[in-house]
Amino acid sequence: MTPANQNTIISPRLAKNIKRNVRERIIEFILMLAALSAVLTTFAIVGVLIVESLSFFEHVSLVDFLTDTQWTPLFEDAHFGIMPLVAGTLTTSAIALCVAIPVGTIGAIYLSEFASHKAREIIKPVLELLVGVPTVVFGYFALLFVTPLLQKIFPELPGFNMLGPGIVMGIMIIPYISSVAEDAMRAVPMSMREGSYAMGATRFQTAVKVVTPAAISGIIAAYILAISRAVGETMVVAVAAGQQPNLTFNPMESAATITAYIVQVALGDLPHGSVGYQSIFAAGLVLMIMTLTFNILGHIARKKFRENY
Amino acid sequence: MTELAKKSQASVLENLDSVRAMIKRHKRNDILFSIIGLIALMIGLLTLCTLFIDLVMDGYPRFNIDFLSNFPSRRAAKAGLLSAWVGSLLVMTVTFLTAVPMGVAAGLYLEEYAKKGWFSDLIEINVSNLAGVPSIVYGLLALGLFVYGLGLGQSILTAGLTLGLLILPIVIVSTRESIRAIPIAIREAAYAVGATKWQVVKDHVLKYSQGGILTGVIIGMARALGETAPVITIGALTFIAFLPPSPLTEAAPFINFDWLTSGFTVLPIQMFNWLSRPDHAFHINAAATGAIIIVVTLLMNGTAIYLRYQIRKNIKW
Repeated sequence: MTPANQNTIISPRLAKNIKRNVRERIIEFILMLAALSAVLTTFAIVGVLIVESLSFFEHVSLVDFLTDTQWTPLFEDAHFGIMPLVAGTLTTSAIALCVAIPVGTIGAIYLSEFASHKAREIIKPVLELLVGVPTVVFGYFALLFVTPLLQKIFPELPGFNMLGPGIVMGIMIIPYISSVAEDAMRAVPMSMREGSYAMGATRFQTAVKVVTPAAISGIIAAYILAISRAVGETMVVAVAAGQQPNLTFNPMESAATITAYIVQVALGDLPHGSVGYQSIFAAGLVLMIMTLTFNILGHIARKKFRENY
Repeated sequence: MTELAKKSQASVLENLDSVRAMIKRHKRNDILFSIIGLIALMIGLLTLCTLFIDLVMDGYPRFNIDFLSNFPSRRAAKAGLLSAWVGSLLVMTVTFLTAVPMGVAAGLYLEEYAKKGWFSDLIEINVSNLAGVPSIVYGLLALGLFVYGLGLGQSILTAGLTLGLLILPIVIVSTRESIRAIPIAIREAAYAVGATKWQVVKDHVLKYSQGGILTGVIIGMARALGETAPVITIGALTFIAFLPPSPLTEAAPFINFDWLTSGFTVLPIQMFNWLSRPDHAFHINAAATGAIIIVVTLLMNGTAIYLRYQIRKNIKW
């Protein structure tokens, strides 16, 4: 039997196998490309932001950008100081956190330590629904419901202010805090609770003095992720906080955040390539750096928590 | 000895009242806290209800067919949502067609194909990072890359792709989670009868995880429907008094793609536009639009949550 002869005998099966293997490889390659899209998106985001910001910084010095106290890119006398926008962002976020952290934490403790299984099954989906409400609708709520309500308490409050949108934003991020913090608390081993109960501690004492300290890095991760959400939130502040950059930390005044400024410019008709157009990418880069920092810190805290148990 | 016992008994009796008081106090604290906790959680629900009632009461005069079949107009009472809901529908179609195949494929790759190592770590880090990127940054990406870089313009295609990228992490994560729930024995059984990897993935893994994937897709699409910031950033127009060319034509080949490059507006942008006008008559339109958006997104999210609950209840491996 010659080798050539043998080859012809097995070849149909061999050919089929080869075809099959090739097909499997092609499919795996296509799936890998899809997975790579996530990496490409990240690179594209960073790339676009940096490239446009670089041409922005050809016109504006980095020192001016960080130290100038005015942000008036669209005026004749243009100033490019990011600080007023950062101040607006930090103020609205701080108000939001003042609402969300206490309420979210108490909610998480209740869900994890007090609620019956049945109550939890009802409450958690409802909180998830709250996450699904589009932010522009919350903007309406802040501008035309919460602000008029606040004006009854503080008559001098202007129609655009940071307090109303800050509070609404806080309510919006309660579910983020309570769900992540609850996950952390539920991951605390049952034996620790049992030990506490065996010593005669009540539910409340166990929750506050045993479970919460044990889950603290997970709870902090929840806070940090919530900060990142608040900083990146756009529509509520764009609608209800006014769009005047204003270097102030007073919640009773109107101010623009980084995100609100981007929206404001995008609504106008700035020519592609102008300094005003590039300025939104510089603002976006600052926003990206802020949220990325918080996200990384949050992940570190979360990871640390997971290592503990 | 009896004396000692008597003495200690007396002291216990003396302390009993204070001990009882303490226990009572602790029990009261427990009850108090469970009430406070419930109230804290109710704040969210209460806000949602107030918000919805407020929208419905304010927008009530506009709940009629004309509101859905009229174009936007300078006169608030005549203005309608036609171009906005058609725009939303078309943008969502593009979003669905990009995010679902890519997200599911990426999820499959990460769970079934990728070997543990730096490469899969890299992808994983990127997916979780992308989920935390503020939505407006996606708008900037689209403005720089799609609108000017690739020259797609401020079109339905650009908006659809942008929102597709935005919800990609949601689809990937839900795909992975539902795949992970499938026991390894199912795969082993398929391999044992000679199936190739792709056959296992296509006929078993994908089939048993489709419910979980669907919930993720619905939640993602609801998110895309309500997203405003990225679509504004790419420069979607707010006053559109025309419809994009119809995707279906009467003559062969019955489908045309001209609508992809058309200008457009979407529901949340129309709402934002009306909301940012000083005239109160337009605020009524904004409220009615808000009520519609909220009903649709709540229905979508509700369906997804219900589906997930059903899947969790029914499947017992």
